[in-house]
Amino acid sequence: MTAPALEIVHLVKHFGGIPATQDVSLKIMPGERRLIIGPNGAGKTTLFNQITGDFRPTSGKILLFGQDVTRLTPHARAHLGLSRTYQIITLFPQDSVAHNVVLGLMGLKGARWNMFRPLGFYAELHAEARHMLDRVGLGALAEARVGEIAYGQKRRLEIAMALAQKPRLLLLDEPLAGLSSEERATIKQLIAAIPRDTTVIMIEHDMDTALDLAETVTLLHYGRVLVDGPRDAVIADPKTREVYLGH
Amino acid sequence: MRTVLLLLTAVVLASLPLFAGTFYINLASQILIAAIFALSLNLLVGYAGLTSLGHASFLGFAAYASAWASTNLGLGFAPAALLSITTTTLMAACFGLIALRATGLGFLMITLALSQVLWGLAYRWASLTNGDNGLTLAGRPAPFGIALDGAGAYYWFTLAVFAAAFTLMAVFVSSAFGSALKGTRDQPRRMAALGYNVWLIRWITFVYAGFWGGVAGLLYVYYHRYIHPTSLSITTSAEGLLGVIAGGSGTLGGPVIGAGLLVLLKNYASAYIERWNMLLGFVFLFIVLVIPEGIVPGVRRLLSRKGSGKP
Repeated sequence: MTAPALEIVHLVKHFGGIPATQDVSLKIMPGERRLIIGPNGAGKTTLFNQITGDFRPTSGKILLFGQDVTRLTPHARAHLGLSRTYQIITLFPQDSVAHNVVLGLMGLKGARWNMFRPLGFYAELHAEARHMLDRVGLGALAEARVGEIAYGQKRRLEIAMALAQKPRLLLLDEPLAGLSSEERATIKQLIAAIPRDTTVIMIEHDMDTALDLAETVTLLHYGRVLVDGPRDAVIADPKTREVYLGH
Repeated sequence: MRTVLLLLTAVVLASLPLFAGTFYINLASQILIAAIFALSLNLLVGYAGLTSLGHASFLGFAAYASAWASTNLGLGFAPAALLSITTTTLMAACFGLIALRATGLGFLMITLALSQVLWGLAYRWASLTNGDNGLTLAGRPAPFGIALDGAGAYYWFTLAVFAAAFTLMAVFVSSAFGSALKGTRDQPRRMAALGYNVWLIRWITFVYAGFWGGVAGLLYVYYHRYIHPTSLSITTSAEGLLGVIAGGSGTLGGPVIGAGLLVLLKNYASAYIERWNMLLGFVFLFIVLVIPEGIVPGVRRLLSRKGSGKP
């Protein structure tokens, strides 16, 4: 049997005295599409930040593809095939759209240590970035400054930067936040087209769109896993109705 | 247009000793030395986003180390220079380990504290540093048998080192590594998530900046043939920082222009105005109010506005 893409074992995180993650255990298999839902403050992003290594858990273990990464730095986890997007857009606004993707590509390549070769000389990196931008429909904006493109395009660029790294596990933190219904449809297509060798975990509030993309759903509430399982079973669960979907 | 301007500058700089008097040649040498110092500090301030108030450590240490090795160990200039640059770079490696435990204000305070330690040692450890009397060099080096005692000869030597320093630092910031460095300045968290070792990138840059700070220190001690604890003081660090900020941090031309302005005000204007410090204050007030981003980016902005603005 293959190791899960992500395994979380009895994870606990306290901020001061306030518990943010309480005994969370999850197993997500390679290729799975997992949706994480829960009311505001349920600890969804805090969970992501522990998976990426931005936060150290108080106790518990995190395994990526069978390897214990609990004590690894964020950059070391990126080299194991972990990639993420941010709920609050985190791009390089002074630089061009293409440069943002190039930075993403270079992060996993030895070129990032080269102090003598100008970045402009890496034709293959720039070509790859162009290709990626075409894929997400931003090809025409490659040379535009990120600060000047529209919000929806920035959301797409967030995903493009992560996808350019060909991650084995991709964490999407509210990729649809603040988008119009048209833009949401575009992003939905983009996520649906992600190849199956990438496992996708997504936090999202837009149930209409997100449920179509998900196979399994985890409901978090006050830092605990309340319901966990196949999509339809979780939706049908009365507890989901009570704490999340409303009446 | 840009190439013509660069070429013209290069010609003027290279031929300066042919038409300028000794006073101006020496002034130009001092500007070039200050410019290398400011450029190296700019790697931290402008490109890494790490504001240091202790960069004089590297200039002062390198100057002291070479003067000490020449006078006390009796080493020739070349081995003394090699020893000085090596130890300065090693010291930068150690300082980086300590200072990079923090960023922002914490980083600034640690770099300041470390340089104050060196300044105190230079004053108090008189058996090593000759204390307040400073160390005197017997003369200037003569690489390949060319004496550098004359103002023109030393200027050309300084110009050659400056050209090399400027080119190498320009390559550094436009390289793949330099792009990663700018990324860690703008979005350190994102850079870590993309697979970059943010700490290591900063540390390497810190050491590299220390190395060039040391090179500036060597030129400094050869120029003055003398080194005093003042060179390690907060004033020296702050002047470098002022030069970077006034000229425009995060640009290549900015620190050169800023350092030039500072040296001119200090050495030239002070001959005519007794309270030249007040003039310095007014100049900086003007810069902060009119072109807060610094002279080079500020003038560029003003020019482009004029070019594309209303008739």
